[in-house]
Parts: sequence; C-alpha cells; structure tokens
Amino acid sequence: MREIYAKAIKDTVSRLCIEANYYLPDDVKNRLSEARDSEAFETARFMLDVLIQNHEIACSEQTPICQDTGVACVFLEIGQDVHIVGNLIEAVNEGVKEGYEKGYLRKSVVADPLNRVNTKDNTPAMIYTEIVPGDRVKITVAPKGFGSENMSKIAMLTPSDGVEGVKRFVIQTVENAGANPCPPIFLGVGIGGTFDKAALLAKKALLRSTDERNANPYYAELELELLQSINRLGIGAQGFGGKHTALAVNIEYMPTHIAGLPCAVNINCHAARHATEVL
Amino acid sequence: MMVHYIKAPLDNEIIRQLKAGDMVYLSGTIYTARDAAHKRLIELINSGKDLPFNIEGAIVYYVGPTPAKPDRVIGSAGPTTSYRMDAYAPRLLDLGLKGIIGKGDRSESVTDSIKKNNCVYFAAIGGAGAYLANCIKSSKVIAYEDLGAEAIYELEVENFPVIVAIDSEGRNYYKIGRNEYLNS
Repeated sequence: MREIYAKAIKDTVSRLCIEANYYLPDDVKNRLSEARDSEAFETARFMLDVLIQNHEIACSEQTPICQDTGVACVFLEIGQDVHIVGNLIEAVNEGVKEGYEKGYLRKSVVADPLNRVNTKDNTPAMIYTEIVPGDRVKITVAPKGFGSENMSKIAMLTPSDGVEGVKRFVIQTVENAGANPCPPIFLGVGIGGTFDKAALLAKKALLRSTDERNANPYYAELELELLQSINRLGIGAQGFGGKHTALAVNIEYMPTHIAGLPCAVNINCHAARHATEVL
Repeated sequence: MMVHYIKAPLDNEIIRQLKAGDMVYLSGTIYTARDAAHKRLIELINSGKDLPFNIEGAIVYYVGPTPAKPDRVIGSAGPTTSYRMDAYAPRLLDLGLKGIIGKGDRSESVTDSIKKNNCVYFAAIGGAGAYLANCIKSSKVIAYEDLGAEAIYELEVENFPVIVAIDSEGRNYYKIGRNEYLNS
C-alpha cells in the first residue's frame, strides 16, 4: 500500500489555494477572449476587455483575480490503495489556512451561519472525498465566491416535467440571477440522484474543462442548446446587455428514483477558478 | 453616453448631471461598508449615536478587499453584490449619503429612495478586483477593525471607473442597456 504523508497534502492544498486565486484555467481564459472578440455591443465589449486586463494584472502582480477569494472547496479523489499517514482533514484545513495567509487571500468564512463570527483563517474548507481505484490522490481546490453561489438553485422536478422542465428551470434561474453573479457566467447543472447528489453533481460539473462536452451526445447537445437559450436572454457581461450571458454550460447526470427529477444549477462567475494536482 | 470626471463628496448639482449609462471616473475620499458593517451602522443610527464618518454627500463602496501585500496600499478590491444591502440603504440615503458603488440591480424601495433623496447608484466592474485596486491610492481602517475585510475603510481613489446604474431620476441602466441590446 502506497503511503502519502498528510504534510504533502497540506503543502499541495496551500499551493493550490494560491494558484487558483491568481491564475485562471486556460479554457476559462479562452472562453473570455472568444467572447470579447465576438461581442459587438459596446458596453459589454468594454466590460470583457476589463475582465481580461484584470486577469493579466492578477498574473503579473501576483494578486487575487477577485477580492472574493471564496470558501475553499477541496475535492479529494483518494485511491483505495493509498494509506494517508496523519490526519487528512486536519492537513487540508492547515493547507487552506497557510495558503490564504501566504497568498494574501481574503478570509471569508464565519464559524456559525447565524452568529457570524469570522474564523480569521478561511477554515474550515468544504471537503468532498471520494474513494477511487488506484494508489494516487487527486486534489482540486476550487475557491467559490458567494456572489454567484447565492444565485444557485435546486428544484425537485417531477418525471412529467422532463427535459422541458429542466430547460425552463435552468433558464429561469439565470434570468433571476441577472447581473448579480458577475456575468458572463459558467453554469454547472446536476440532474438526477437525490436532493443532495444533484447539488454535488452541479458543483462538480463546474470543475470539468469547458473545452469538453458531456460524453453522452444527448447531454452534450442539451449543454449547447441551454447555452444558446441563455445567451438569447441578453443579460450580457455585467448585466448591461450583450451577447454573452453565459460562456459554458456543463451538465453532469446520474440515475434517480422513478418518482423524481432533481435538478440543481450551480452558478459560477466569469472567474471560474480551480486548480488540480495529483500526488 | 457621457464621460464624467468627478470628485467625492458629491453635491446635488453634480448628481443631476449623471445619467444612467454614463461612465464616471471618481476621485477623492470614499468609504467601504458591506454586510456586517451595515448592520452595525444601522444599530448606531437606531441608538442615536454618531456614525464613524461624515455621511453628508458621502459615497459608500460595497467591498471587502483582500489583505494588502507589504508594498501595496490594498489588495484586490472589486464590488460585492448590492442587493444584500437593500434593507439598509434607504436609511443611509435619508441621512445624506449621496452615492453607492456596488454591482447588480437594486430593489424598488432603494430606487425610490435614490429618487427621493437625489442620489446615484454606481456599478463597478464585478470580478475586476486586481484592476480596480490600482485606482486606490490609500486605505485605512476607520471603524470595526475586528470585522477584518468587512471593516469600514477610508479610501482615496483616483479615476476609479464606474457606470451610472441608477440615476437620480430612477432610470435603470440594467433595464435600459439590456433592452438596447435586445433591440439592436
């Protein structure tokens, strides 16, 4: 059995927190440039230009892309042949604490949702673990800002709602969000499973590269159709009108109950941040 | 669309010239406040105490910046979503606050208060925190240091770019801009 020390996990999480907040993934940068180049509406083009310049400044000055450096969502795919030496959860939180301090990232977590005292080190992280075959550990850090998280929604649709119900719900969610989640947005849609699984699928959908469509052609087609419908809303970059309300729709689906059709929409702002490393 | 270069604090005459969709480059002193600071400001008002800054003609910026690196005055500092402050904004506008900088649309009651008090709601570019930080020339905490990023900061800004999102006559550029695009 392969051994991985908790310290290696801590160091990796720390580094990924900083990387994810300073540098956008290549596919996200490409979607933004394509949008700017094909945007004829003046205000929206100006906004997209500034967003691209903003990212260039973040890279060159080594500073966060956005002041909302998010709650740290940490996804761990742990090979079943790995033995973690030390405390895994503690290591992840220590990594977040170190990364957010060293990287001059904002501490945006309160210890209790009602009494709201800031934990001052951005912990705890939102940790998602999955046991997979193999002897490696894949770590993804996705800092999630709440301007867009607050606009996300879940619906327990019924089988009779079908694909048309899913489309209506997704489009209505984007319409309701308007300018709030910093469009142009990225959409993660989770369909099926249970109440909680649908939400997790939606969040995981945001981690997939926007260069790839769903492997199932039916869902790949639905992703493209939803993107087109959303962009007909005309909300545009920053909400002042324009061709690009969303830059990509990623769908993940799974089996569900005969009585249900759960559907979750997780909205991400234009800065769809995530960074991955395999140990 | 016009371009204005203006200085905070604001007076009624300047505000009347700002129309929805105009580009504005702001200079001068502005104050930050977001969720937790607003809650405390309203508590102060309710108990009849003085606010930590002179609200007459002032501009409040909804932002919680990242920490400044050692050689910088501030970290990333873009706007946060404004609707969360909708419950508080009319109270401050009634007391003399003249401008708000945030992002996203406002409620009807905030729009009514903007009209009634001859104020202006500006939108800064959401998610452009690194870019906007370069327009901030100094920064100091003046209240609620315990709130960290949510403390009230006094900022000196220079040519800080914003768009007039709701003007003093209640015209809303989120609606106007989107309709212009859809009809284009």
